[in-house]
Amino acid sequence: MAAAVSEDVWSAEGTTPDAIGTALREMLRSRHASNRALAPARVLNLVVVIDRAWKDEIANRLAGVGRYHASRTILCAVEEGRSALDALAVMSYDEPRNGLGVMHESVEIDIGPDQIARLDTIVDPVVVSELPTMVWCPHGHTEALRALGGIVDVILLDSDDETDCTWAMAWAGKLLESAYVVDLAWLRSTPWRERLAASFDMPGRLAALGELDAVTVRHRVGSRASAMLLVGWLASRLHWDVTSLSSMNGAGLRGAATAAGGEVEVRLESSDQDVPGLAGVTVSWGGEHSLSLDRGRGGLRARERSGAGERAWQILGASRGEGGILGEGVRQALLRDPTYGPALQQARNLCP
Amino acid sequence: MNAAVADQITAENPLVEGLERLPVHPTTLVIFGATGDLAHRKLLPALYNLAHEGALPERFELVGIARRDLSQEEFRSMARASIERFSRRRPDADVLEVLLGDMRYLSGSFDDDGVYTDVEQTLREFDEKAGRPLDHIFYLSTAPQFFPVIASKLGAAGLNEAGDAETRLVIEKPFGYDLVSARQLNAEVLSVFDESQCFRIDHYLGKETVQNLMALRFANALFEPVWNRNYVDHVEITAAEDIGIEGRAGYYEGAGALRDLVQNHMLQLLSLLTMEPPSSFEANRLRDEKLKVLEAIVPPAVEDVASMAVRAQYGPGVVGGVRVPGYREEEGVAPDSRTETYAALRLHVSNWRWAGVPFYLRTGKRLERKLTEIVVTLKPVPHLALQSSGSVGPQSNQIVLTVQPDEGVSVSIGAKIPGARMRIRPVNMEFRYGTSFVSESPEAYERLILDAMRGDATLFTRNDEIEALWGIIDPMLTAWSDDTTSPIPQYPAGSAGPEEANALLLDCRRWRRL
Repeated sequence: MAAAVSEDVWSAEGTTPDAIGTALREMLRSRHASNRALAPARVLNLVVVIDRAWKDEIANRLAGVGRYHASRTILCAVEEGRSALDALAVMSYDEPRNGLGVMHESVEIDIGPDQIARLDTIVDPVVVSELPTMVWCPHGHTEALRALGGIVDVILLDSDDETDCTWAMAWAGKLLESAYVVDLAWLRSTPWRERLAASFDMPGRLAALGELDAVTVRHRVGSRASAMLLVGWLASRLHWDVTSLSSMNGAGLRGAATAAGGEVEVRLESSDQDVPGLAGVTVSWGGEHSLSLDRGRGGLRARERSGAGERAWQILGASRGEGGILGEGVRQALLRDPTYGPALQQARNLCP
Repeated sequence: MNAAVADQITAENPLVEGLERLPVHPTTLVIFGATGDLAHRKLLPALYNLAHEGALPERFELVGIARRDLSQEEFRSMARASIERFSRRRPDADVLEVLLGDMRYLSGSFDDDGVYTDVEQTLREFDEKAGRPLDHIFYLSTAPQFFPVIASKLGAAGLNEAGDAETRLVIEKPFGYDLVSARQLNAEVLSVFDESQCFRIDHYLGKETVQNLMALRFANALFEPVWNRNYVDHVEITAAEDIGIEGRAGYYEGAGALRDLVQNHMLQLLSLLTMEPPSSFEANRLRDEKLKVLEAIVPPAVEDVASMAVRAQYGPGVVGGVRVPGYREEEGVAPDSRTETYAALRLHVSNWRWAGVPFYLRTGKRLERKLTEIVVTLKPVPHLALQSSGSVGPQSNQIVLTVQPDEGVSVSIGAKIPGARMRIRPVNMEFRYGTSFVSESPEAYERLILDAMRGDATLFTRNDEIEALWGIIDPMLTAWSDDTTSPIPQYPAGSAGPEEANALLLDCRRWRRL
């Protein structure tokens, strides 16, 4: 049975960052004083800079992350023509069960476009200073990233959101120079990377990694970045030399990589699946062997061909959904994946 | 890619770098006792959660074996009910259907050769379907008297090895009944399986908070300098339960608190708390260090047990406002039962680091609250220039590791009470898992099943370790079973335990309040 969720609310018009920070401290103090079993979550600040018109949509996405809420979420909603700050702070908490209740805070601050350039002066007094801070700008607002550069540890982005994949990769690469980047497009490829790694982990199979001669990645039309990153990951881990892919007249991209064992054909094919991300991947080796993984109900459908023989089976796993991907993005802010940077670099080399 | 890179690929999997979830080789898991309580509450839900997260091997087959005569559909229906009731997350319908659809059930007596013929045929069938030999894990989740029988029959059927694939044996607790029986069981199991194939489970080691004990000690410069006889005054390890025997009289009458919790969970906590830093967290390096410290705990002579250990039984009382019967009034318990529901011990670790530091362990049923914690109490400061009148004054610092509930660590420190005078009282600095991590801790069995499939024995108990654990409590078992006349101290249900336990504490120390 889910615990009951309660909320304390504070709001003010024409307020200041200092007043918001003071209000948050007072809410915490009074709630903790009334119930010492309540304690504030102290994991991560998440700063989200958005267009105010899309505030509800983003709020819904953040609500869908399940248990992976940031400790303090600060939603900066940009509204044309605004100059004053309006703020709404909500502290929500589970009624304590088994002794401990955890409080999460969310703050919505309405700001004007002119305030983005010095957004740090608004956000800095409101974040929990001893925690890492992640920023997410799903509607652009690149100026906000520059302004927050001094207080941000992690940048959350989604390379699949950009229509120009080449630009998206270059932008992610630029951001990576100054902060740790969590890319939702990369996280969409995680189960596929895990399964490919496992498929070649058996004794006798590992050597096949050096004999790969073709890779085909199937992806939703809007998820080319995920596909690029998956190929970029293979290229970086297997030390392939890659060059830019070329268009197959609207049917996807095609090209080749150079591995020690010879040339590797690379294809990215669009799929009409509903959900963002990858639809399938096929790797081939030794001329007559191939392994295909495709999205299916209850996990991935695996199909292996070897000469004339073929085997098919199901690999178990639940789809995380887009809410789960965003929640994973929050969780990944506390980890460090050393393979994203090299994969991104190779993906940039693949861009047409 | 040059030749050196190609060689590197054949030596280690370059795709694993950076992945949180390490590959697990294709596996068939065979659960003996698949209709039992442990499978029902823990194993099947854990397997579902691993499946949900995509953590099971790419080829995974599950075979359940039990004596009950069930059809495949009846077993799957039972497994579905277990998962839906006890899974830590709501099952995904698609994942659950696929998992259940692939399960296989074999019925028969564990001493029946025919069962092992069926197992062999089923394993072969799965290998052929996969086109490669799958690793085989035999999980003994049965009553302990069947452990040697099953191990022996598996060996007789040639199932203790599988050519190019791995074969492992997972054995539930209790591993033995005393030192002699543990040695006997080790001998029987190791006559069939190599030690490297044996995974003896103590599910406490799979708990995040227990593993965090090692992180606390070995990843922080703050604690290790004081983790010795120079600074530590004494240590208490408490495993208190507010429940009774919950209808398990048949098991508990033959076990008692000492076997049920002290021999395994509590001594494991003690070994992790006191061992020297291992050179690495490789399974045998870690277990070598645990063994060394267990061997440094000198078991009492049988005649000294009375001064080092206390046993007791709960009598009638009130728990949570509800009147409950005493142990001897519980259904299935003999009215003159001498089985202890409470045990308290004072142990000493005779090595350079811990000489002279008393370790107090206590566990009991029907105590006033549920709590598992380790409390390390430091020695008081040598001189205090501050005032203590008008306040409780400075207290010894305590480092408290709470295993359950409210998993976390707190450190008590002296702080100034606001006001004109320099008065001190203890306050807590707290870390709570619930507030400091967004991730949900996996169930201990999820971690341990996965580790067994990966062949990582770090969190499992080695044969020499299990014998050292029994060796520590064996004199108490002997002394208590030999004494058939002394009255067993009684404590009211819902209390903090028997008064007699206070006599164990040296130098006017007191048990920490539950």
